Amino acid sequence: MIEVERLAKKYGELKAVNDLSFKVEKGKIWGLLGPNAAGKTTTMRILTGFLPATEGKASVAGFDVFERPDEVKKITGYLPEVVPLYSEMTVSEFLTFVAAIKQVPSSRRKEALGRALEVSGLASVKNRLIENISRGYKQRVGIAQALIHDPQILILDEPTIGLDPAQIKEIRDLIKSLKGEHTIMLSTHILAEVTQTCDGVVIINEGRLMASGSLEELTTSFGGKEGVVLKLKKGHEEAVFAFQEIPGVDRVSRQDSELTIEWVRGKDLREAVSGLAVERGWGLLEMRPVAINIEDLYLRIVSGGAEQ
Amino acid sequence: MRNIGIIARKEVKTYFTSPIAYVVIFVFLVLVGFFFYSIISWFNSKSIEIAQNPYYYQQININQMVYAPLFNNMSIILLFMLPLLTMRLFAEEKKAGTEELLFTSPVHVLQVILGKYAAALVVLAAMLGLTGLLSVFTFLWGNPELVQILSGYLGLFLMGASFIAAGVFFSSLTKNQIVAAISTLGTLLLFWILNWATYFIPGIWKDVLNYLSASQHFETMASGILDTTDVVYYLSFSFFALFLTHSVIQSRRWR
Repeated sequence: MIEVERLAKKYGELKAVNDLSFKVEKGKIWGLLGPNAAGKTTTMRILTGFLPATEGKASVAGFDVFERPDEVKKITGYLPEVVPLYSEMTVSEFLTFVAAIKQVPSSRRKEALGRALEVSGLASVKNRLIENISRGYKQRVGIAQALIHDPQILILDEPTIGLDPAQIKEIRDLIKSLKGEHTIMLSTHILAEVTQTCDGVVIINEGRLMASGSLEELTTSFGGKEGVVLKLKKGHEEAVFAFQEIPGVDRVSRQDSELTIEWVRGKDLREAVSGLAVERGWGLLEMRPVAINIEDLYLRIVSGGAEQ
Repeated sequence: MRNIGIIARKEVKTYFTSPIAYVVIFVFLVLVGFFFYSIISWFNSKSIEIAQNPYYYQQININQMVYAPLFNNMSIILLFMLPLLTMRLFAEEKKAGTEELLFTSPVHVLQVILGKYAAALVVLAAMLGLTGLLSVFTFLWGNPELVQILSGYLGLFLMGASFIAAGVFFSSLTKNQIVAAISTLGTLLLFWILNWATYFIPGIWKDVLNYLSASQHFETMASGILDTTDVVYYLSFSFFALFLTHSVIQSRRWR
Protein backbone atom coordinates (compact mmCIF):
# COMPACT_ATOMS: atom_id res chain seq x y z
CA MET A 1 0.00 0.00 0.00
CA ILE A 2 2.83 2.34 0.87
CA GLU A 3 6.12 1.80 -0.93
CA VAL A 4 9.25 3.79 -0.45
CA GLU A 5 12.32 3.18 -2.55
CA ARG A 6 15.75 4.65 -1.94
CA LEU A 7 14.22 7.87 -0.69
CA ALA A 8 16.49 10.78 0.21
CA LYS A 9 15.86 14.32 1.35
CA LYS A 10 18.51 16.94 1.85
CA TYR A 11 18.06 20.27 3.55
CA GLY A 12 21.09 22.03 2.22
CA GLU A 13 23.97 19.87 3.39
CA LEU A 14 21.95 18.05 6.00
CA LYS A 15 20.63 14.68 4.95
CA ALA A 16 17.37 14.25 6.83
CA VAL A 17 16.49 11.04 5.05
CA ASN A 18 19.05 8.87 3.34
CA ASP A 19 18.48 5.86 1.10
CA LEU A 20 15.30 4.77 2.85
CA SER A 21 13.25 1.85 1.53
CA PHE A 22 10.30 0.03 3.07
CA LYS A 23 6.86 -1.31 2.36
CA VAL A 24 3.62 -1.29 4.30
CA GLU A 25 0.92 -3.84 3.57
CA LYS A 26 -2.72 -3.02 3.17
CA GLY A 27 -4.89 -2.98 6.27
CA LYS A 28 -2.00 -3.01 8.75
CA ILE A 29 -0.72 -0.56 11.30
CA TRP A 30 2.94 0.18 10.94
CA GLY A 31 5.08 2.22 13.22
CA LEU A 32 7.84 4.50 12.08
CA LEU A 33 10.15 4.37 15.04
CA GLY A 34 13.25 6.33 15.73
CA PRO A 35 14.86 8.74 18.16
CA ASN A 36 14.20 12.45 17.82
CA ALA A 37 15.46 14.00 14.58
CA ALA A 38 15.69 10.59 12.91
CA GLY A 39 13.79 11.76 9.82
CA LYS A 40 10.32 10.51 10.76
CA THR A 41 8.49 13.76 10.11
CA THR A 42 10.38 14.37 6.88
CA THR A 43 9.48 10.90 5.63
CA MET A 44 5.83 11.48 6.43
CA ARG A 45 5.84 14.89 4.80
CA ILE A 46 7.22 13.36 1.65
CA LEU A 47 4.61 10.59 1.68
CA THR A 48 1.80 13.12 2.01
CA GLY A 49 3.13 15.35 -0.76
CA PHE A 50 3.96 18.27 1.52
CA LEU A 51 7.65 18.10 0.70
CA PRO A 52 9.29 16.80 -2.44
CA ALA A 53 12.09 14.26 -2.06
CA THR A 54 15.58 14.97 -3.29
CA GLU A 55 16.00 11.45 -4.63
CA GLY A 56 14.16 8.18 -4.80
CA LYS A 57 10.58 7.11 -5.22
CA ALA A 58 7.56 6.90 -2.98
CA SER A 59 4.16 5.60 -3.91
CA VAL A 60 0.89 5.33 -2.07
CA ALA A 61 -1.76 2.88 -3.27
CA GLY A 62 0.10 2.61 -6.55
CA PHE A 63 0.19 6.35 -7.21
CA ASP A 64 3.58 7.97 -7.36
CA VAL A 65 3.67 10.76 -4.78
CA PHE A 66 5.60 13.10 -7.07
CA GLU A 67 3.81 12.42 -10.33
CA ARG A 68 0.22 12.05 -9.14
CA PRO A 69 0.11 14.11 -5.93
CA ASP A 70 -3.60 14.90 -6.26
CA GLU A 71 -4.58 11.23 -6.37
CA VAL A 72 -2.41 10.51 -3.35
CA LYS A 73 -3.79 13.47 -1.40
CA LYS A 74 -7.37 12.38 -2.07
CA ILE A 75 -6.89 8.96 -0.48
CA THR A 76 -4.54 9.94 2.32
CA GLY A 77 -5.42 11.34 5.71
CA TYR A 78 -2.60 13.09 7.52
CA LEU A 79 -2.16 14.21 11.09
CA PRO A 80 0.96 16.40 11.22
CA GLU A 81 3.06 16.62 14.36
CA VAL A 82 1.65 20.06 15.12
CA VAL A 83 -2.09 19.50 14.85
CA PRO A 84 -3.33 21.93 12.17
CA LEU A 85 -6.35 23.70 13.62
CA TYR A 86 -8.10 26.97 12.90
CA SER A 87 -8.80 27.99 16.46
CA GLU A 88 -11.43 30.56 15.54
CA MET A 89 -13.70 27.90 14.02
CA THR A 90 -15.99 25.47 15.78
CA VAL A 91 -15.18 21.77 15.60
CA SER A 92 -17.99 21.15 13.09
CA GLU A 93 -17.11 24.14 10.93
CA PHE A 94 -13.50 23.10 10.82
CA LEU A 95 -14.24 19.48 9.91
CA THR A 96 -16.71 20.58 7.24
CA PHE A 97 -14.07 22.87 5.75
CA VAL A 98 -11.53 20.04 5.73
CA ALA A 99 -14.09 17.75 4.07
CA ALA A 100 -14.56 20.40 1.37
CA ILE A 101 -10.88 20.85 0.59
CA LYS A 102 -10.44 17.06 0.62
CA GLN A 103 -12.99 17.06 -2.20
CA VAL A 104 -15.85 15.34 -0.37
CA PRO A 105 -18.90 16.29 -2.49
CA SER A 106 -21.15 18.79 -0.70
CA SER A 107 -24.06 16.32 -0.60
CA ARG A 108 -21.98 13.91 1.44
CA ARG A 109 -20.23 16.34 3.78
CA LYS A 110 -22.87 16.16 6.47
CA GLU A 111 -22.66 12.39 6.57
CA ALA A 112 -18.85 12.51 6.62
CA LEU A 113 -18.94 15.01 9.47
CA GLY A 114 -21.34 12.84 11.49
CA ARG A 115 -19.18 9.79 11.03
CA ALA A 116 -15.94 11.57 11.92
CA LEU A 117 -17.50 13.09 15.04
CA GLU A 118 -18.76 9.72 16.13
CA VAL A 119 -15.61 7.73 15.47
CA SER A 120 -13.41 10.22 17.25
CA GLY A 121 -15.81 10.84 20.12
CA LEU A 122 -16.26 14.54 19.48
CA ALA A 123 -20.05 14.77 19.36
CA SER A 124 -20.22 16.55 22.72
CA VAL A 125 -17.92 19.40 21.67
CA LYS A 126 -18.92 19.77 18.04
CA ASN A 127 -20.30 23.28 18.44
CA ARG A 128 -17.49 24.65 20.56
CA LEU A 129 -14.71 26.84 19.29
CA ILE A 130 -11.51 24.89 18.82
CA GLU A 131 -9.56 27.40 20.92
CA ASN A 132 -11.76 26.51 23.91
CA ILE A 133 -11.46 22.72 23.91
CA SER A 134 -8.90 20.70 25.83
CA ARG A 135 -5.64 19.36 24.50
CA GLY A 136 -6.98 15.81 24.27
CA TYR A 137 -9.98 16.95 22.28
CA LYS A 138 -7.75 18.98 19.97
CA GLN A 139 -5.76 15.85 19.25
CA ARG A 140 -9.00 14.06 18.47
CA VAL A 141 -10.03 16.86 16.12
CA GLY A 142 -6.66 16.28 14.46
CA ILE A 143 -7.47 12.62 13.99
CA ALA A 144 -11.02 13.43 12.88
CA GLN A 145 -9.73 15.79 10.18
CA ALA A 146 -7.43 13.04 8.93
CA LEU A 147 -10.40 10.64 8.77
CA ILE A 148 -13.05 12.93 7.39
CA HIS A 149 -12.79 11.85 3.75
CA ASP A 150 -12.62 8.17 4.66
CA PRO A 151 -9.08 7.77 3.34
CA GLN A 152 -7.56 4.40 2.54
CA ILE A 153 -4.36 5.49 4.16
CA LEU A 154 -3.75 7.30 7.39
CA ILE A 155 -0.44 8.91 8.22
CA LEU A 156 -0.19 9.99 11.83
CA ASP A 157 2.83 11.88 13.07
CA GLU A 158 3.24 11.30 16.82
CA PRO A 159 -0.50 10.91 17.45
CA THR A 160 -0.23 10.57 21.23
CA ILE A 161 2.42 13.16 22.02
CA GLY A 162 1.63 15.47 24.93
CA LEU A 163 -1.40 13.59 26.17
CA ASP A 164 -2.03 12.14 29.61
CA PRO A 165 -2.02 8.34 30.06
CA ALA A 166 -5.81 8.00 29.89
CA GLN A 167 -5.95 10.05 26.71
CA ILE A 168 -3.06 8.08 25.24
CA LYS A 169 -4.95 4.87 25.79
CA GLU A 170 -8.09 6.30 24.21
CA ILE A 171 -6.22 7.49 21.13
CA ARG A 172 -4.44 4.14 20.80
CA ASP A 173 -7.73 2.28 21.05
CA LEU A 174 -9.17 4.61 18.45
CA ILE A 175 -6.26 3.93 16.12
CA LYS A 176 -6.55 0.18 16.65
CA SER A 177 -10.26 0.31 15.86
CA LEU A 178 -9.45 1.89 12.50
CA LYS A 179 -7.23 -0.98 11.45
CA GLY A 180 -8.41 -3.20 8.63
CA GLU A 181 -10.35 -0.60 6.70
CA HIS A 182 -7.43 1.76 6.72
CA THR A 183 -3.74 1.24 6.26
CA ILE A 184 -2.07 3.21 9.00
CA MET A 185 1.43 4.46 9.43
CA LEU A 186 2.23 6.23 12.66
CA SER A 187 5.48 7.69 13.83
CA THR A 188 6.63 7.60 17.39
CA HIS A 189 9.68 7.61 19.56
CA ILE A 190 7.84 5.74 22.29
CA LEU A 191 8.60 2.04 22.13
CA ALA A 192 5.52 0.91 24.01
CA GLU A 193 3.36 2.50 21.36
CA VAL A 194 4.77 0.13 18.78
CA THR A 195 4.26 -3.03 20.81
CA GLN A 196 0.77 -2.00 21.76
CA THR A 197 -0.63 -0.78 18.48
CA CYS A 198 1.50 -1.81 15.55
CA ASP A 199 1.72 -4.92 13.40
CA GLY A 200 5.10 -3.99 12.09
CA VAL A 201 7.74 -1.40 12.41
CA VAL A 202 10.24 0.57 10.40
CA ILE A 203 13.12 1.66 12.57
CA ILE A 204 15.14 4.61 11.34
CA ASN A 205 18.00 6.56 12.79
CA GLU A 206 19.73 9.59 11.33
CA GLY A 207 17.65 9.24 8.21
CA ARG A 208 18.74 5.67 7.52
CA LEU A 209 16.78 2.46 7.67
CA MET A 210 17.93 0.33 10.60
CA ALA A 211 15.41 -2.48 10.37
CA SER A 212 11.92 -3.17 9.20
CA GLY A 213 9.46 -6.01 9.48
CA SER A 214 6.77 -7.40 11.72
CA LEU A 215 7.57 -7.52 15.42
CA GLU A 216 8.04 -11.31 15.34
CA GLU A 217 10.37 -11.12 12.39
CA LEU A 218 12.47 -8.52 14.09
CA THR A 219 12.75 -10.37 17.38
CA THR A 220 13.75 -13.52 15.53
CA SER A 221 16.32 -11.94 13.33
CA PHE A 222 17.81 -9.88 16.12
CA GLY A 223 18.24 -12.82 18.45
CA GLY A 224 15.16 -12.52 20.56
CA LYS A 225 14.32 -15.45 22.80
CA GLU A 226 11.10 -17.05 23.93
CA GLY A 227 10.28 -17.84 27.48
CA VAL A 228 7.94 -17.67 30.42
CA VAL A 229 7.80 -15.85 33.69
CA LEU A 230 6.77 -18.04 36.63
CA LYS A 231 5.59 -16.92 39.99
CA LEU A 232 6.19 -19.54 42.67
CA LYS A 233 5.09 -19.75 46.27
CA LYS A 234 8.21 -21.48 47.57
CA GLY A 235 11.37 -23.36 46.60
CA HIS A 236 12.80 -20.60 44.49
CA GLU A 237 16.45 -21.43 45.00
CA GLU A 238 15.96 -25.04 44.21
CA ALA A 239 13.79 -24.23 41.22
CA VAL A 240 16.44 -22.08 39.56
CA PHE A 241 18.76 -25.10 39.34
CA ALA A 242 16.04 -27.58 38.51
CA PHE A 243 14.76 -25.56 35.56
CA GLN A 244 18.27 -25.20 34.24
CA GLU A 245 18.40 -28.99 34.00
CA ILE A 246 15.53 -29.12 31.51
CA PRO A 247 17.06 -29.73 28.07
CA GLY A 248 16.79 -26.70 25.83
CA VAL A 249 16.60 -24.08 28.56
CA ASP A 250 19.09 -21.32 27.94
CA ARG A 251 18.88 -19.13 30.95
CA VAL A 252 17.02 -18.92 34.22
CA SER A 253 16.98 -15.75 36.23
CA ARG A 254 15.26 -14.90 39.46
CA GLN A 255 13.78 -11.72 40.80
CA ASP A 256 12.11 -12.21 44.20
CA SER A 257 9.37 -14.77 43.69
CA GLU A 258 9.45 -14.53 39.90
CA LEU A 259 11.59 -16.71 37.70
CA THR A 260 12.25 -15.98 34.06
CA ILE A 261 13.01 -19.03 31.98
CA GLU A 262 14.22 -18.50 28.43
CA TRP A 263 14.85 -20.89 25.57
CA VAL A 264 15.78 -20.70 21.93
CA ARG A 265 12.92 -19.56 19.76
CA GLY A 266 10.98 -22.43 18.17
CA LYS A 267 11.14 -24.93 21.04
CA ASP A 268 8.08 -24.83 23.20
CA LEU A 269 9.08 -25.81 26.73
CA ARG A 270 6.04 -24.45 28.54
CA GLU A 271 4.65 -27.90 29.27
CA ALA A 272 7.92 -29.21 30.65
CA VAL A 273 8.36 -26.13 32.84
CA SER A 274 4.87 -26.14 34.31
CA GLY A 275 4.97 -29.93 34.74
CA LEU A 276 8.14 -29.72 36.77
CA ALA A 277 6.80 -26.96 38.97
CA VAL A 278 3.65 -28.90 39.79
CA GLU A 279 5.52 -32.17 40.30
CA ARG A 280 7.87 -30.62 42.85
CA GLY A 281 5.03 -28.84 44.61
CA TRP A 282 6.55 -25.30 44.51
CA GLY A 283 3.12 -23.78 44.35
CA LEU A 284 2.73 -22.39 40.83
CA LEU A 285 0.86 -19.07 41.23
CA GLU A 286 1.29 -17.53 37.85
CA MET A 287 2.76 -18.21 34.45
CA ARG A 288 2.96 -15.78 31.55
CA PRO A 289 4.97 -15.48 28.36
CA VAL A 290 7.98 -13.16 28.38
CA ALA A 291 7.02 -9.94 26.62
CA ILE A 292 9.09 -9.05 23.64
CA ASN A 293 11.60 -6.70 25.02
CA ILE A 294 11.37 -3.97 22.47
CA GLU A 295 13.64 -1.66 24.41
CA ASP A 296 16.51 -4.12 24.16
CA LEU A 297 15.70 -4.81 20.57
CA TYR A 298 15.53 -1.16 19.69
CA LEU A 299 18.76 -0.26 21.41
CA ARG A 300 20.49 -3.17 19.76
CA ILE A 301 19.21 -2.17 16.34
CA VAL A 302 19.90 1.55 16.64
CA SER A 303 23.36 1.18 18.12
CA GLY A 304 24.19 -1.73 15.79
CA GLY A 305 23.36 0.51 12.87
CA ALA A 306 25.62 3.23 14.13
CA GLU A 307 28.58 0.88 14.26
CA GLN A 308 28.22 -0.18 10.65
CA MET B 1 -12.69 27.22 -9.35
CA ARG B 2 -14.67 25.28 -6.73
CA ASN B 3 -11.59 25.06 -4.54
CA ILE B 4 -10.99 28.79 -4.81
CA GLY B 5 -14.56 29.30 -3.63
CA ILE B 6 -14.09 26.97 -0.66
CA ILE B 7 -10.95 28.78 0.48
CA ALA B 8 -12.46 32.21 -0.13
CA ARG B 9 -15.63 31.38 1.81
CA LYS B 10 -13.62 30.12 4.74
CA GLU B 11 -11.42 33.24 4.79
CA VAL B 12 -14.38 35.61 4.53
CA LYS B 13 -16.01 33.77 7.39
CA THR B 14 -12.83 34.10 9.43
CA TYR B 15 -12.70 37.83 8.70
CA PHE B 16 -16.26 38.29 9.87
CA THR B 17 -16.26 35.94 12.86
CA SER B 18 -13.14 37.56 14.26
CA PRO B 19 -13.23 41.29 14.96
CA ILE B 20 -10.70 42.04 12.17
CA ALA B 21 -13.16 42.90 9.40
CA TYR B 22 -15.46 44.90 11.68
CA VAL B 23 -12.66 46.94 13.16
CA VAL B 24 -11.07 47.64 9.77
CA ILE B 25 -14.41 48.60 8.21
CA PHE B 26 -15.50 50.68 11.20
CA VAL B 27 -12.28 52.66 11.46
CA PHE B 28 -12.22 53.16 7.71
CA LEU B 29 -15.78 54.51 7.71
CA VAL B 30 -15.14 56.85 10.63
CA LEU B 31 -12.11 58.33 8.88
CA VAL B 32 -13.83 58.59 5.51
CA GLY B 33 -16.87 60.13 7.20
CA PHE B 34 -14.67 62.73 8.82
CA PHE B 35 -12.98 63.63 5.54
CA PHE B 36 -16.32 63.74 3.77
CA TYR B 37 -17.75 66.06 6.38
CA SER B 38 -14.84 68.47 6.29
CA ILE B 39 -14.66 68.52 2.50
CA ILE B 40 -18.42 69.09 2.18
CA SER B 41 -18.26 71.90 4.74
CA TRP B 42 -15.45 73.55 2.85
CA PHE B 43 -17.33 73.04 -0.44
CA ASN B 44 -20.46 74.65 1.01
CA SER B 45 -18.78 77.78 2.20
CA LYS B 46 -16.81 78.01 -1.04
CA SER B 47 -20.01 77.60 -3.06
CA ILE B 48 -21.74 80.45 -1.24
CA GLU B 49 -18.70 82.63 -1.78
CA ILE B 50 -18.43 81.81 -5.47
CA ALA B 51 -22.18 82.09 -6.08
CA GLN B 52 -21.81 85.88 -5.77
CA ASN B 53 -19.95 85.88 -9.04
CA PRO B 54 -21.96 84.55 -12.04
CA TYR B 55 -18.82 83.82 -14.04
CA TYR B 56 -17.24 81.48 -11.51
CA TYR B 57 -20.62 79.99 -10.68
CA GLN B 58 -20.32 77.79 -13.79
CA GLN B 59 -17.15 76.29 -12.44
CA ILE B 60 -18.53 74.80 -9.26
CA ASN B 61 -18.19 71.09 -9.74
CA ILE B 62 -18.98 68.67 -6.96
CA ASN B 63 -17.11 65.84 -8.66
CA GLN B 64 -13.89 67.80 -8.87
CA MET B 65 -14.24 69.65 -5.61
CA VAL B 66 -15.63 66.93 -3.33
CA TYR B 67 -15.14 63.51 -4.84
CA ALA B 68 -11.63 63.94 -6.20
CA PRO B 69 -10.12 64.99 -2.85
CA LEU B 70 -12.27 62.46 -1.02
CA PHE B 71 -11.03 59.61 -3.20
CA ASN B 72 -7.47 60.78 -2.72
CA ASN B 73 -7.93 60.69 1.03
CA MET B 74 -9.56 57.28 0.87
CA SER B 75 -6.64 55.91 -1.13
CA ILE B 76 -4.22 56.97 1.62
CA ILE B 77 -6.38 55.40 4.32
CA LEU B 78 -6.49 52.19 2.30
CA LEU B 79 -2.74 52.28 1.96
CA PHE B 80 -2.43 52.18 5.74
CA MET B 81 -5.26 49.80 6.52
CA LEU B 82 -5.11 47.09 3.88
CA PRO B 83 -1.75 45.70 5.09
CA LEU B 84 -3.47 44.99 8.41
CA LEU B 85 -6.16 43.09 6.61
CA THR B 86 -3.76 40.92 4.63
CA MET B 87 -1.00 40.32 7.16
CA ARG B 88 -2.52 37.18 8.61
CA LEU B 89 -3.43 35.44 5.35
CA PHE B 90 -0.36 33.24 5.03
CA ALA B 91 1.67 34.19 8.10
CA GLU B 92 -0.93 32.71 10.40
CA GLU B 93 -1.19 29.47 8.41
CA LYS B 94 2.52 29.05 8.83
CA LYS B 95 2.54 29.88 12.50
CA ALA B 96 -0.36 27.57 13.34
CA GLY B 97 0.97 24.78 11.11
CA THR B 98 -2.25 24.74 9.13
CA GLU B 99 -0.37 25.17 5.86
CA GLU B 100 0.53 21.52 6.24
CA LEU B 101 -3.18 20.70 6.12
CA LEU B 102 -3.80 22.98 3.14
CA PHE B 103 -0.92 21.72 1.06
CA THR B 104 -1.51 18.04 1.78
CA SER B 105 -5.06 18.44 0.53
CA PRO B 106 -5.88 18.10 -3.14
CA VAL B 107 -5.93 21.89 -3.53
CA HIS B 108 -3.33 23.71 -5.61
CA VAL B 109 -1.14 26.50 -4.28
CA LEU B 110 -2.60 28.88 -6.86
CA GLN B 111 -6.13 28.08 -5.72
CA VAL B 112 -5.20 28.82 -2.12
CA ILE B 113 -3.63 32.14 -3.11
CA LEU B 114 -6.57 33.20 -5.25
CA GLY B 115 -9.06 32.14 -2.59
CA LYS B 116 -7.36 34.23 0.06
CA TYR B 117 -6.96 37.15 -2.35
CA ALA B 118 -10.65 36.98 -3.23
CA ALA B 119 -11.64 36.98 0.44
CA ALA B 120 -9.67 40.16 1.11
CA LEU B 121 -11.26 41.71 -2.00
CA VAL B 122 -14.67 40.97 -0.50
CA VAL B 123 -13.77 42.94 2.62
CA LEU B 124 -12.39 45.76 0.45
CA ALA B 125 -15.63 45.80 -1.54
CA ALA B 126 -17.60 46.01 1.71
CA MET B 127 -15.44 48.91 2.89
CA LEU B 128 -15.91 50.84 -0.33
CA GLY B 129 -19.55 49.83 -0.76
CA LEU B 130 -20.52 51.22 2.65
CA THR B 131 -19.01 54.61 1.83
CA GLY B 132 -21.56 54.73 -0.98
CA LEU B 133 -24.04 55.85 1.67
CA LEU B 134 -22.32 59.24 1.66
CA SER B 135 -23.37 59.73 -1.93
CA VAL B 136 -27.01 59.57 -0.87
CA PHE B 137 -26.53 63.07 0.56
CA THR B 138 -24.72 64.49 -2.45
CA PHE B 139 -27.39 63.14 -4.80
CA LEU B 140 -30.24 64.42 -2.64
CA TRP B 141 -28.88 67.98 -2.41
CA GLY B 142 -26.69 68.21 -5.46
CA ASN B 143 -26.19 66.86 -8.95
CA PRO B 144 -22.91 64.95 -9.22
CA GLU B 145 -21.98 62.86 -12.26
CA LEU B 146 -22.61 59.20 -11.43
CA VAL B 147 -20.25 57.80 -14.05
CA GLN B 148 -17.34 59.80 -12.71
CA ILE B 149 -18.05 58.64 -9.19
CA LEU B 150 -18.23 55.03 -10.29
CA SER B 151 -14.98 55.23 -12.17
CA GLY B 152 -13.41 56.75 -9.06
CA TYR B 153 -14.65 53.79 -7.04
CA LEU B 154 -13.38 51.39 -9.69
CA GLY B 155 -9.99 53.09 -9.38
CA LEU B 156 -10.05 52.71 -5.60
CA PHE B 157 -10.98 49.06 -5.92
CA LEU B 158 -8.24 48.32 -8.44
CA MET B 159 -5.70 50.15 -6.37
CA GLY B 160 -6.86 48.40 -3.20
CA ALA B 161 -6.67 45.08 -5.02
CA SER B 162 -3.04 45.75 -5.91
CA PHE B 163 -2.30 46.70 -2.28
CA ILE B 164 -3.92 43.46 -1.15
CA ALA B 165 -1.85 41.46 -3.63
CA ALA B 166 1.30 43.04 -2.20
CA GLY B 167 0.05 42.21 1.30
CA VAL B 168 -0.56 38.59 0.32
CA PHE B 169 2.98 38.41 -1.02
CA PHE B 170 4.60 39.73 2.17
CA SER B 171 2.40 37.51 4.28
CA SER B 172 3.76 34.50 2.40
CA LEU B 173 7.33 35.45 3.31
CA THR B 174 7.09 35.25 7.08
CA LYS B 175 5.24 33.67 9.94
CA ASN B 176 5.21 36.95 11.82
CA GLN B 177 2.17 39.07 11.08
CA ILE B 178 3.74 42.32 12.23
CA VAL B 179 6.69 41.80 9.91
CA ALA B 180 4.27 41.11 7.06
CA ALA B 181 2.25 44.27 7.77
CA ILE B 182 5.23 46.58 8.11
CA SER B 183 7.00 45.34 4.98
CA THR B 184 3.77 45.72 3.03
CA LEU B 185 3.18 49.22 4.35
CA GLY B 186 6.75 50.29 3.62
CA THR B 187 6.69 48.93 0.10
CA LEU B 188 3.33 50.49 -0.73
CA LEU B 189 4.38 53.81 0.70
CA LEU B 190 7.53 53.71 -1.39
CA PHE B 191 5.51 53.01 -4.53
CA TRP B 192 3.17 55.82 -3.54
CA ILE B 193 5.88 58.47 -3.28
CA LEU B 194 8.09 57.14 -6.07
CA ASN B 195 7.16 60.05 -8.34
CA TRP B 196 8.51 62.56 -5.82
CA ALA B 197 11.94 61.52 -6.96
CA THR B 198 11.16 62.78 -10.44
CA TYR B 199 11.98 66.31 -9.27
CA PHE B 200 15.65 65.53 -9.18
CA ILE B 201 16.02 62.54 -11.50
CA PRO B 202 16.33 63.41 -15.18
CA GLY B 203 15.74 61.63 -18.46
CA ILE B 204 14.14 58.28 -18.98
CA TRP B 205 14.21 57.40 -15.29
CA LYS B 206 11.78 60.17 -14.68
CA ASP B 207 9.23 58.49 -16.94
CA VAL B 208 9.95 55.08 -15.44
CA LEU B 209 9.44 56.33 -11.89
CA ASN B 210 6.34 58.18 -12.90
CA TYR B 211 4.93 55.06 -14.44
CA LEU B 212 5.78 52.90 -11.45
CA SER B 213 4.33 55.31 -8.94
CA ALA B 214 0.99 54.13 -7.62
CA SER B 215 -0.24 57.63 -6.76
CA GLN B 216 0.45 58.93 -10.25
CA HIS B 217 -2.00 56.39 -11.66
CA PHE B 218 -4.60 57.13 -9.09
CA GLU B 219 -4.72 60.88 -9.68
CA THR B 220 -6.54 60.64 -12.99
CA MET B 221 -8.87 57.96 -11.67
CA ALA B 222 -9.82 60.02 -8.64
CA SER B 223 -11.02 62.78 -10.91
CA GLY B 224 -13.24 60.26 -12.67
CA ILE B 225 -11.23 59.64 -15.82
CA LEU B 226 -10.71 55.99 -16.61
CA ASP B 227 -7.50 55.47 -18.54
CA THR B 228 -6.50 51.97 -19.67
CA THR B 229 -2.87 52.69 -18.76
CA ASP B 230 -3.88 53.03 -15.12
CA VAL B 231 -6.13 49.97 -15.19
CA VAL B 232 -3.32 47.95 -16.77
CA TYR B 233 -0.88 49.27 -14.16
CA TYR B 234 -2.95 48.12 -11.19
CA LEU B 235 -3.88 44.81 -12.78
CA SER B 236 -0.28 44.00 -13.63
CA PHE B 237 0.83 45.09 -10.15
CA SER B 238 -1.63 42.57 -8.65
CA PHE B 239 -0.71 39.88 -11.11
CA PHE B 240 3.00 40.30 -10.45
CA ALA B 241 2.58 40.25 -6.66
CA LEU B 242 0.43 37.10 -6.78
CA PHE B 243 2.88 35.49 -9.17
CA LEU B 244 5.70 36.18 -6.72
CA THR B 245 3.62 34.74 -3.89
CA HIS B 246 3.16 31.56 -5.87
CA SER B 247 6.89 31.31 -6.54
CA VAL B 248 7.73 31.90 -2.88
CA ILE B 249 5.40 29.19 -1.62
CA GLN B 250 6.48 26.71 -4.26
CA SER B 251 10.18 27.33 -3.81
CA ARG B 252 10.06 27.06 -0.05
CA ARG B 253 8.62 23.60 -0.37
CA TRP B 254 11.27 22.59 -2.86
CA ARG B 255 14.19 23.71 -0.81
